Amino acid sequence: MKPPAVEAEGVSVRAGEHFILEDLDFAVPEGALLCIVGPNGAGKTTLLRVFLGLAPLHRGTVRVFGAPPGKTSARRIAYVPQIKTLDRRFPSIAIELVLSGLKGRWPGPVGREERERGLAALRLVAAEHLARKPIASLSGGEMQRVYLARCLVGEPRLILLDEPVTGIDAVGEQDFYACLENYRAETRATLLIVTHDWQVASYHSSHVLVLNRRQIGFGPPAEALTENTLRRAYGHLGHMHDSLRGSGGPADV
Amino acid sequence: MFEMWSFPFMQRALLAGVLVGFLSSYFGVFIVQRGLSFLGSGLAHAAFGGVALGLLLGVQPLWVALPFTVLVALAITLVRDRTHLAGDTATGIFFAVSVALGVLFLALRQRYTEDAFALLFGSILAVNAVDLWMSAGVALLALAAMPLWGRWAYATFDRDLAEADGVNVRRDDYVLSFLIAIAVVVAVKVVGIMLVAAFLVIPAAAARLVARTFFGMTLLSIAFGILSTAVGLAVSYRLDVPSGAMIIFTQAACFLLALAIRR
Repeated sequence: MKPPAVEAEGVSVRAGEHFILEDLDFAVPEGALLCIVGPNGAGKTTLLRVFLGLAPLHRGTVRVFGAPPGKTSARRIAYVPQIKTLDRRFPSIAIELVLSGLKGRWPGPVGREERERGLAALRLVAAEHLARKPIASLSGGEMQRVYLARCLVGEPRLILLDEPVTGIDAVGEQDFYACLENYRAETRATLLIVTHDWQVASYHSSHVLVLNRRQIGFGPPAEALTENTLRRAYGHLGHMHDSLRGSGGPADV
Repeated sequence: MFEMWSFPFMQRALLAGVLVGFLSSYFGVFIVQRGLSFLGSGLAHAAFGGVALGLLLGVQPLWVALPFTVLVALAITLVRDRTHLAGDTATGIFFAVSVALGVLFLALRQRYTEDAFALLFGSILAVNAVDLWMSAGVALLALAAMPLWGRWAYATFDRDLAEADGVNVRRDDYVLSFLIAIAVVVAVKVVGIMLVAAFLVIPAAAARLVARTFFGMTLLSIAFGILSTAVGLAVSYRLDVPSGAMIIFTQAACFLLALAIRR
């Protein structure tokens, strides 16, 4: 039997005396799309870092495709960090950023074969025309597409995305998720997406993890993304999308 | 015009200048892009502490300065790695302590400190065979470490992405700090403690202004570093003015030119 794509057993992460994550227990099957939702400071980014092997565990076990995170081939895992953390002062053109995802180091002079692979990845996200543009001149939406191309170029089996559509308009967001869904359908890759958008979590995901340092809910959206779990995670729900209150949404549960 | 290059001391100066120009401008791209420009000054002053210790002990100063500066560089990297202090803060602490140690060692020596003065301002025209071999050795080491360029560049762009892709960024940081430290020590002999920081920063900063890619920035920085050394040396010979200062002026001219033509 195939191991889950990612698995957390009793996972806790601490910074000094303070727990960032506490007692997480869940397993995400291969080919799933997991949305991780929770308020600011809930530990969502830390959880992605745990699966990348970048955040040391206080206790518990994490496995990625059945192996400890550091032991899984980095080439099979792609990570799209929050775009706001990107250093735009770095001298680079878009295709170099894409190829860094293929090579696992920064590219020097780009050969013909590499260029073709980079362009093919940019074509997948309709961004081929950006290949030679300096990253400093790209808009937020363009940059996110370039990052997605960077992520897809290595044909990963697991993709971790941290608030990938922040600052992108509605059309750009739809295109972005369409690209991801296509890739997932073609390759059965597993996607872990940190998002603040409950609607995205509700309609795009196969699984949802509601997190606020502790695991508040986990499972298919209709089970995990309920008014009760959201209220426990956020304290109050504030403005809730009408669509979420409709059929299949958390308010029904 | 070319007669000046027929003198052995000028040939040695040119060769040493080119080697130091290459080393400083190559490592300078990482220093500038990581916002560590103060590191050059800090390590040069660490070298001063090491030189002073060498003078006090009565041994060849550079042989003491080398391990001393490497230790300081690794300590700065360790403090940066293990604490939340900014790189420049860590550098500032070791900078001050090294200078204080240097002053103490020179005072304990109780003799005229002409050698130390020469190291403050450099003596490119007095470069000897040992200095040349040392510079060549460090340049060879830098060339041997060229395969690390892509990993250093990746971590310079984004440490998390590089780490997530399996790059051991901490180990690479220590290797980079070690190489920068030994490059600074050989540069100190040639251009002096006061001017080493300029060698590490100005060519790379000029290249950053006009380059579209990090690879292009690296090549341009090396070209600026080597050319400005040769031109500065030639001009200083013609005008009979200090070579180190004239090389810096040439580098500054490159920077101004880059500023004027940048896209």
